[in-house]
Amino acid sequence: MSQAQMPMQATNAPRSFSDTETPMVELRGVSRRFAKKLDIAAKLARRLGASVREEIVHAVDRVDLRVRKGEVVGLVGESGCGKSTLGRIVAGILPQSEGEVFWNGENVAAMQGEAAKIGKLRRQMIFQDPYASLNPRMRVADIVGEAPLVHGLTTRGKFDGYVDEQMRRAGLDPAFKRRYPHQFSGGQRQRIGIARALAVAPEFIVCDEAVAALDVSIQAQILNLFMQLRKDLDLTYLFISHDLGVVEHLSDRVVIMYLGRVVEEAPTERVFAAANHPYTQSLLNSVPRIGNRKRAFTTVKGEIPSPLNPPPGCHFHPRCPHAFERCRVEVPVLREIAPGQRSACHLNDAA
Amino acid sequence: MAEPSPHSAPPTLEVRNLQTHFFTRAGVVRAVDDVSFTIGRGKVLGLVGESGSGKTVTGFSIMGLVDPPGRIVGGSILFQGRDLAKLSEEEMRHLRGNRIAMIFQDPMMTLNPVLRIDTQMIETVQAHEKVSEEEARGRARDALGMVGIPSPDERLKSYPHQFSGGMRQRVAIAIALLHRPDLIVADEPTTALDVTIQGQILAEVQKLCATTGTAMLWITHDLSVVAGLADDIAVMYAGRVVEFGDVGEVLDAPLHPYTHGLIGSVPSRNKRGEPLRQIPGMTPSLLKLPEGCSFRARCPRAQEDCLVMPALHDWLPGRLARCHHPHLDEVATA
Ligand SMILES: Nc1ncnc2c1ncn2[C@@H]1O[C@H](COP(=O)(O)OP(=O)(O)OP(=O)(O)O)[C@@H](O)[C@H]1O
Ligand SMILES: Nc1ncnc2c1ncn2[C@@H]1O[C@H](COP(=O)(O)OP(=O)(O)OP(=O)(O)O)[C@@H](O)[C@H]1O
Ligand code: SF4
Ligand code: SF4
Ligand SMILES: [Mg+2]
Ligand SMILES: [Mg+2]
Repeated sequence: MSQAQMPMQATNAPRSFSDTETPMVELRGVSRRFAKKLDIAAKLARRLGASVREEIVHAVDRVDLRVRKGEVVGLVGESGCGKSTLGRIVAGILPQSEGEVFWNGENVAAMQGEAAKIGKLRRQMIFQDPYASLNPRMRVADIVGEAPLVHGLTTRGKFDGYVDEQMRRAGLDPAFKRRYPHQFSGGQRQRIGIARALAVAPEFIVCDEAVAALDVSIQAQILNLFMQLRKDLDLTYLFISHDLGVVEHLSDRVVIMYLGRVVEEAPTERVFAAANHPYTQSLLNSVPRIGNRKRAFTTVKGEIPSPLNPPPGCHFHPRCPHAFERCRVEVPVLREIAPGQRSACHLNDAA
Repeated sequence: MAEPSPHSAPPTLEVRNLQTHFFTRAGVVRAVDDVSFTIGRGKVLGLVGESGSGKTVTGFSIMGLVDPPGRIVGGSILFQGRDLAKLSEEEMRHLRGNRIAMIFQDPMMTLNPVLRIDTQMIETVQAHEKVSEEEARGRARDALGMVGIPSPDERLKSYPHQFSGGMRQRVAIAIALLHRPDLIVADEPTTALDVTIQGQILAEVQKLCATTGTAMLWITHDLSVVAGLADDIAVMYAGRVVEFGDVGEVLDAPLHPYTHGLIGSVPSRNKRGEPLRQIPGMTPSLLKLPEGCSFRARCPRAQEDCLVMPALHDWLPGRLARCHHPHLDEVATA
């Protein structure tokens, strides 16, 4: 990978980006519905005679999203709000039900042949559970090297050297390449996932809860590796996480979702200093801090809605301390309320 | 370990020198090799440590859920003074779900996919107590309300698949709370939930411990949850407890170099945009632990005498560490 062509000064410091440049990834009005929400539990139940209706989940509901080259965008939100679904759409491994996805300004749906294949290869995803996403019967060398071989990034002859380089870059000893995934620790398995993603020379990486299962010292190793690779390879990240401390530490910008919709987005400092949306505010108020000892945790006020049956109007209204009549009937639109900060809340109209 | 005063009742749980090993084809995995801690009535112990250090296996050992090739090979697990490691499977089953409950990371380990929530909860109540169905239903409804499930009456008629992952976890937690057990072992139960829902559950857990005297073993990677929830903290490394003490004292001035490194890695303790502090080196293999202190190869304070395995020693009142050269200097200044 040539680093010479990137004049940008490489640094870990938070970056800001102009709104005028063509984003690397752009989503316009993207929705994803799942016609049936029949998981293993439901299928079993149905097979055993329970009346299981197939229902429609609006996992992602008309989302606009832009990620610029070199940026790290954090994506946070409640469990089940659609983060992974959005991440998969962005990574090109799940088709959207509606809306358009652009890659470097080109509509992905219109891309054909080689261009489509390469465009997809350039966007990679790293999953939460490194064990479930690695084939237990494959040796690490093949897990890492198979896709590059198929896509002609390396040859049979150069295979070993190529794999060694990928492993070394992810902080793994190439001496272990004949081993199987179960012979590695959780942190090392996560590095295998990283080596596999990087081996196809991606430009854009979706990290889906990539460090959630690791202890904080191994988490620190992996996050530092991500940031080092960002510098070395000029990577762009969409970073999905529940951990607001992690998101604050490494994102330039944060996008907050609630029940399938983006409710707020802003530069990181702005989100943590001056959150606008009531859901973002309640998130930040609930963040446990290591300095707070034996504190009284607060209970959620109001109803916690289900994604199967989202409330009308603003999805957050059953829990929102500021909800008023309009919130129950009208969906608030995501609007710019300060430079770079957008929020979807009717309160911003009242002012 | 500090001796309990002769007047006090025994602690709810006292684990002493627990050893649980897995006899695999590749060799003996010493997953838990010397674990000791105590949890008093109504107290929460946060169990943290390296990934793969034996936290889950410790929890499973307490619950009597270790399957072959794993086996408890040493030590004792005193629950209200009775050694759980010596109970028959039948006696253990009676305690489980009644006096002792576990909350798993995956709620489907608790929930039966083919049964309605009310059926499951009422059965659970009636399995251990003679109460009318009406009363059992009332208890189930209250438990769902406690974990923030809206309209619990309606929800009781649902099947597990009709809940989102986060809601299922809350139902599993509600089931653990049903009998107001004396001890709950919780293994990363809120890791998959957002912080507002997590806060809701932690608030209920706090209330439960305070009002019913339930003791709690809370296994997690999240030091900030431990900071807010726990009374004491135990830190594990490579199958052993390496530090134990009051949560505030340990987090403010850890004695063991591993704890020190762990706390230093928390993002909020680091400057934004700069690399996070990390502990150098890799976790040793449990199949082939190095001689002496298992943290030696990664420890900035290691000296010659660390070739001898240190014991868990009380360096200060109520503060234990398994280390020859603990950070005592910082305690004085903290
Ligand atoms: N393949 C699928 N079939 C049916 N429903 C699905 C599918 N994938 C996701 N969903 C549903 O879509 C919604 C969004 O799920 P998604 O996994 O994107 O959430 P998430 O924000 O990543 O949650 P978490 O934080 O728990 O990982 C959920 O209600 C989920 O149950
Ligand atoms: N059935 C088994 N056979 C062999 N080894 C096992 C088995 N179950 C667990 N182990 C080993 O025991 C050790 C401790 O595992 P355990 O699951 O208790 O770790 P943990 O501290 O809970 O880690 P994490 O934080 O990643 O959940 C690990 O090295 C694991 O590989
Ligand atoms: S639109 Fe209304 S309900 Fe929604 S967040 Fe704003 S004030 Fe609250
Ligand atoms: S005993 Fe020695 S090697 Fe082990 S933690 Fe203490 S100082 Fe470090
Ligand atoms: Mg997800
Ligand atoms: Mg575990």
